[in-house]
Amino acid sequence: LSRIGDELYLEPTESGLSLRAVNSSRSAFAAFLFAPLFFQLYEPGSAGPDTELFRCKVHMKSFLGVFRSLPSLEKSVGKCLILLKPRASRLVLQLHCKHGVTKTHNLAFQECERLQAVFDTQRCASRLCAPARLLAEAVVHFPPTLAEVTLGTGPGGKISLRNYVEDDAEPSKTMVTELWLAEDEFQSVAVAPGSHITFCLKEFRGLLSFAEASNLPLTIHFDEPGRPVIFTLDDTVLEVHLVLATLSDLESSSQSPSTNGVSHLPAPSDDFADDLESYMAAMETSEGCSEGPPSPTFPLRTPQPAKSKPQEEEEEEEEEEEGAVPGTPPHKKFRSLFFGSVMTPGRPGPATTQEVLAEDSDGES
Amino acid sequence: MRFRAKIVDLACLNHFSRIINTIAKLAKTCILRLTVCKLYFILSDKVANGGASMWCELSQGNFFDEFQMEGVAAEHNEIYLEFVPENLWRALKTAQSAKAVKIKLTNKHCPCLRVAVELPSLSSSSRIVTHDIPVGVIPRRMWNDFREPSVPDFDVSIYLPVLKTMKSVVERMKNLSNFIVIEANLSGEMNLRIETDLVSVTTHFKDLGNPPWASEDGCQSSAQGRDLESMAEACIDIKKLQQLLAGQQVNPTKALCNIVHKRIVHFILLHEEGSLQYFIPAIA
Repeated sequence: LSRIGDELYLEPTESGLSLRAVNSSRSAFAAFLFAPLFFQLYEPGSAGPDTELFRCKVHMKSFLGVFRSLPSLEKSVGKCLILLKPRASRLVLQLHCKHGVTKTHNLAFQECERLQAVFDTQRCASRLCAPARLLAEAVVHFPPTLAEVTLGTGPGGKISLRNYVEDDAEPSKTMVTELWLAEDEFQSVAVAPGSHITFCLKEFRGLLSFAEASNLPLTIHFDEPGRPVIFTLDDTVLEVHLVLATLSDLESSSQSPSTNGVSHLPAPSDDFADDLESYMAAMETSEGCSEGPPSPTFPLRTPQPAKSKPQEEEEEEEEEEEGAVPGTPPHKKFRSLFFGSVMTPGRPGPATTQEVLAEDSDGES
Repeated sequence: MRFRAKIVDLACLNHFSRIINTIAKLAKTCILRLTVCKLYFILSDKVANGGASMWCELSQGNFFDEFQMEGVAAEHNEIYLEFVPENLWRALKTAQSAKAVKIKLTNKHCPCLRVAVELPSLSSSSRIVTHDIPVGVIPRRMWNDFREPSVPDFDVSIYLPVLKTMKSVVERMKNLSNFIVIEANLSGEMNLRIETDLVSVTTHFKDLGNPPWASEDGCQSSAQGRDLESMAEACIDIKKLQQLLAGQQVNPTKALCNIVHKRIVHFILLHEEGSLQYFIPAIA
């Protein structure tokens, strides 16, 4: 969660304790739901007829500081108590250690509204499920500094991962890496043919290391470019969601000729002697093929007032917020995730539209 | 112009990758020269490189199971490509468990070296990773810029100390000064010295030995008739020396340097698989 945002949102619910984070550009959201059974004792408190269960957010660094050295914690700490004291404005983290030592940390918190990204895995046309190790092995071929990666489907049911090269980067200077995975390496594959999405690798890597460490299979739900990609991990006592914004196509993508609908590439066959030769020969002959139909332009929707709907866990519609972003424009990479989707060329002006996953519904920011 | 090559042996792949790693540490961009029998990595002594130049020569048979090339023309059966060695290193770095690695010169949107790695996988078919490394084709008229540098008329030639030791000395000196003086004599003695306003540090090496150089035509070179104790020195950019030493992960079979007093230091590192020469000019 700390790889995503600087603030940790704690939300006790009847179905468990939810820990959430969102990044500053609102293009990444993660939620970890720990079921009551995960804990030795779980009391979410009581919600009155008019009040909801208490929620708060704390500084990520302060929270992490309590659990600083995991190996030594595992050796010395017997129990950990997390106590929310609304009236004292403190989140208490109490570590009961060996030799009768108790370490009590009192963290200041801020009350907050519900942090909820708008997404629906049911609405995603494509779904992949793979052991975390497979994805970790795939991602290792890309440099640690790579910002964005494109996940796509190719001929023969193969799944590809390729580094995303920005439109304004010089093609003659940029190295392009592409990895192909066979369908049977995945636990399940249900994808719309010719689909592809581009998302930020950095935030995904965080979830990937968690998945690897807990040995849980990872499910990727995705749809059209521009709609968020949702990564989920499921366990008996833990449910994890990571939602990332994806790049939407403005025009036909020349970056991935092998992943659009028109593709003449034979899938690399099983016998290697033919595998690479025919694949590489086919890559050469496909030089002349057309780029494929252009993707639809991302529709511009009228802005709606930012409103949170605490009752609904998942919304059907994505809401956009007309947020005039003052001051310095955000880092270029996020700019493309956000603004590129709705800026038509030649359009003047600083008024930019954000595809917001999690509304900033509390009045203070 | 065609080039395709294949490595299947993991040890060969490993060696080749290590050499590419060394090259990548020495040069941001360099020239790859391909001939029927050899590969060369060349950095010419332009001002942009700080005047340093490099010549690395490898026999392709030591690494590749298959190696086919067709140069620009029959009587000029060579290919010269400009590329970023760091890219090639990145492609090879994660290929260390590969079943095979194929390299091919392609020209899709622009000339590229396509490195295709076939990796083992649990499924019935292998995993394939391709890396398209953009390259620039050097036209024949410019080939003369990249000829093998001749061994300079040196004053002293001496074997280098154990590279690991030399590397750790130079790394510490790098924190104190930007320039280092290498001096050596024909009695097997070498000193590495830095001098600043506040401090001067010298490390002395003895009994290094001086390589015998047969003079080609029997005439006297600068080294002959020279006083055995007299030191030839050159003050060079310490960073260049540190990069050279940092790139050597395996001890070379032979490592020596030739010093032309106050002009240039010429390093020669000989490995089983090939040789590396690196020239660092002296700072005036």
